[in-house]
Amino acid sequence: MQFYRNLTITQKRTVWAWGFLAVPILFYVIIRFYPTGNAMIISFQEWNLLGDRTWTGFDNYVTLVRDPVFWQVFGNTFMYLLLGTPISLVVSFVIAYHLDKVRFAHGFLRALYFLPFMTSAVAMAWVWRWFYQGVPIGLFNNALASVGIAQIEFLNSTTNALPAILAPAVWAGLGFQIIIFMAGLRAIPRSYYEAAQIDGVSSWTVLWEITLPLLRPTIVFIVVFSSIGFLRIFDHVFNMTTNNPGGPLNSTKPLVLMIYETAFASFDMGYAAAQTVVLFLVLLVVSLLQLRLLRDR
Amino acid sequence: MIWTIRKSALSAAVSGAAFFAAMPASAQVEIEYWQYFFEARVTAMDQLIENFEAANPGITVNMTHFPYADYRTRTAVAIPAGEGPDVVQLFYGWLNDYIEAELIQPLPADVFPVEEINADFFPMVQAMEVGGQYYALPTAVRSLALFYNRRLFEAAGIENPPATLEELVETAAALTERDGAGNITQVGITTGMTAQDHHWWREVLIRQFGGEPYLDDYQTVNYNTEAGLAALDFYTSLEDEHGVTASGFMDEPQAAFRAGRAGMHIDGSFRIGALNDTRGLDWGVAELPAGPDGTQSNYSSYWVNAITTKAEGERYDASVLFMDYITSPEAMQIWLEVVGELPARVDVGMTEENANDPVYGPFIRGLEYAHTTIFADESAQRQIVMDMVARTDIEDQPLADSLAVAAEAEQELLSEYYNR
Repeated sequence: MQFYRNLTITQKRTVWAWGFLAVPILFYVIIRFYPTGNAMIISFQEWNLLGDRTWTGFDNYVTLVRDPVFWQVFGNTFMYLLLGTPISLVVSFVIAYHLDKVRFAHGFLRALYFLPFMTSAVAMAWVWRWFYQGVPIGLFNNALASVGIAQIEFLNSTTNALPAILAPAVWAGLGFQIIIFMAGLRAIPRSYYEAAQIDGVSSWTVLWEITLPLLRPTIVFIVVFSSIGFLRIFDHVFNMTTNNPGGPLNSTKPLVLMIYETAFASFDMGYAAAQTVVLFLVLLVVSLLQLRLLRDR
Repeated sequence: MIWTIRKSALSAAVSGAAFFAAMPASAQVEIEYWQYFFEARVTAMDQLIENFEAANPGITVNMTHFPYADYRTRTAVAIPAGEGPDVVQLFYGWLNDYIEAELIQPLPADVFPVEEINADFFPMVQAMEVGGQYYALPTAVRSLALFYNRRLFEAAGIENPPATLEELVETAAALTERDGAGNITQVGITTGMTAQDHHWWREVLIRQFGGEPYLDDYQTVNYNTEAGLAALDFYTSLEDEHGVTASGFMDEPQAAFRAGRAGMHIDGSFRIGALNDTRGLDWGVAELPAGPDGTQSNYSSYWVNAITTKAEGERYDASVLFMDYITSPEAMQIWLEVVGELPARVDVGMTEENANDPVYGPFIRGLEYAHTTIFADESAQRQIVMDMVARTDIEDQPLADSLAVAAEAEQELLSEYYNR
C-alpha cells in the first residue's frame, strides 16, 4: 500500500488503466490465444481425443495437400465467397438505395428486410430445405409441377446444391447490409447532391460520381464483413444437408464443416487442427487485405 | 452440464448410516456409472441401480449422464485424471480406441468366462472379444427389420409383407403411386443410404447375393466382387429400373414412412418408440426379406458397458458385481420393457413371448443371423457408401466403376486406421 501511495497521479492512473485492461487481456489469453496456440501445436501431432498425442511433423499438412476432398472443399469455400459477396453487395445496395427514397411505410419496410437477419439460421435452413424438396412436399417443385414444368433437383445435385444453399444465407445477411448501406447513404452531405442538381447532372452520373465514391468506406466494411462470413459458412450448409453433410459428393462442403467432421466424427484432431490453421491463414490474408484497402483511402 | 442422479440424498444418508451401524466401517463402496443422456435409458438404469443396491447393500452406484455429443471428450479427459466412471457405457465401434488408450480393462474371466458368453449371448457380441478376453458386454442390442404400413397394404390388396427380395420388388410396385406428370407421390419402399440402408447393403444384401463384405476381421474390403455388384445393382434398380422408390423422397426415409407416404421402410428397433407416437399410422414389422437363395441376414449394433482402468481395489470388485447384474437376464428384460431395446442374451430374447412379440419378434429373430460391422470410422465409411450411390445417380457413373472406387477408398481408410 505504501508503494501505491507514493505514486504520482499519472502513475496511479496507469495502474488503474492496466488493472481494468487486465481483465479482457486475461480473458483473451485464456479463451482465445491459448486454444489458438494449442491448435497450432496439435496440427503437428496425431491425437484421437482419447490416447496420447504423438508428434508427426508435417504429416497432417502433407495429407492435406494430397487430399482431393480438401481441395474440393477449399474451392467450395471460395465459391461461397465469390458468389455470395458480390450478389449480397449488389442486392443490398439496390434495396438500400431505393428504400432510402421511400417515405411511405419506411420503418415497416426496413423492419421486414431486417427480420431474416434476426431469424435463427437453423430454423431458416430447415424451412428452406423443405422448400427445396421434390413433390409432394417441396414448395418450389410443387409450384413447378402445378404449371407442368419438370422437377428441379435443388439439393440432390452437384451443380445446383451450392447456389441453393447460398440463397438463404445471402437473404439472411441482407438486412444487416441494408442497414449499414442506409447509414452510409445518410452520411453523404446533401450539399453535393444539391450542387449536382444545380449543374443539371443526370441521376446516373450522381450515382457514379458522388454516391458510390463517398460510400467507399461503407462498401469496404461490408465486403470484408460478408467475406469473412461466407468463408466461415457452416450452419446453413450443415442444417440443409444433415443426412449427407456437405453433400452430395462434397459439392457443398465448406472448410469449417470439413474441420468439424474431421474432429468430431472421425476424431482425427491433428488433421482437423491442420485444416483450422489453413482457415486461419486464409482469414488472416483477407483481414490484411482489408487493412490495406482502408489505408489506401 | 453434468447431471448427477442419486436416489434422494436423504434416503442414501439414512441407509448409509444404518449400514455403518450394522457393518464394520469402510464397507460402503461408491462407484460411478456414466452413460449418455436418452430419457428411457436413464429411467431404465435408475431402475437397475435400485435393484442392484437393494441386493448389494454395501454398494452405492452414482449415475452421471450428459449429452451424446460430449461423451467421448469427457470420458477421455476424466478417466486418466482418476475422476471418471468405474463402469462406462460406450458404442461398440469405439472399443478399439478405448482399449488402445487404456481407458478400459478386460472383464475378469472367472465371472465372465469366454465360452459361456460365446454360448449365452447372440453371436455378434463376439466382436467384443479381443485377444481371448472380453472387454465389454451389452445389456441390449439393436437390429433391423422391415416396417410396413398396414393401411397402404390393405388399399393395395396385399395380405402379407414380402418374405423375399423378389416379393419385395413386387409388393413395392403395387404400393407406388405417381401423379399425372409421373412424379412419385408415394413410394413402395423408402431408400437412402443416409439412413440405415448402408447397413442393409453391407451386411445383408451383399451376403444374400453370395458375398462376404469384409475379410480379416473387417480389416479388408471384399465387396468389389460379383456379389457386391449384384447387391448394388439390386439396390439401385429399385429406383432406376423398377421405379418403386425415390432416394431422398420427402427428405428423410423415416419422415416419409411416418407421414404414411411410404409402403415399406427398413429401420432399426430404436424407431419403434417414434412410430408408436405417430398418430394415425397403422404399422407392422416383418423380418428383412430373404435373398434369392433363401439367405437371411441382419445388421446389429449396440452400446456396451465396460470397467474402466480407474476402478481398483474394492471399487473394482463392486464394479464387477455391477457389470454382472446389468448384463443379467433380469436386467435385459427390464431394459426391453423400459427402453424397447432387444436383449443381448439368447435365452432372454428367444423366450416364447419375446420372440413371437408382433413388434419386437422380427427384430429378435433377426439377431440370430445378424452381423456386426466393426467400423474404423462409421460416419466416414457410411459416407463412402453414400457417395458410391450418388455417383451412379447424379453423375451416371457405371455401377462397377463406382463400386471399385468405393472399395478402394474404404480400404485406404481401413489400412490407415489399422496400421498406424
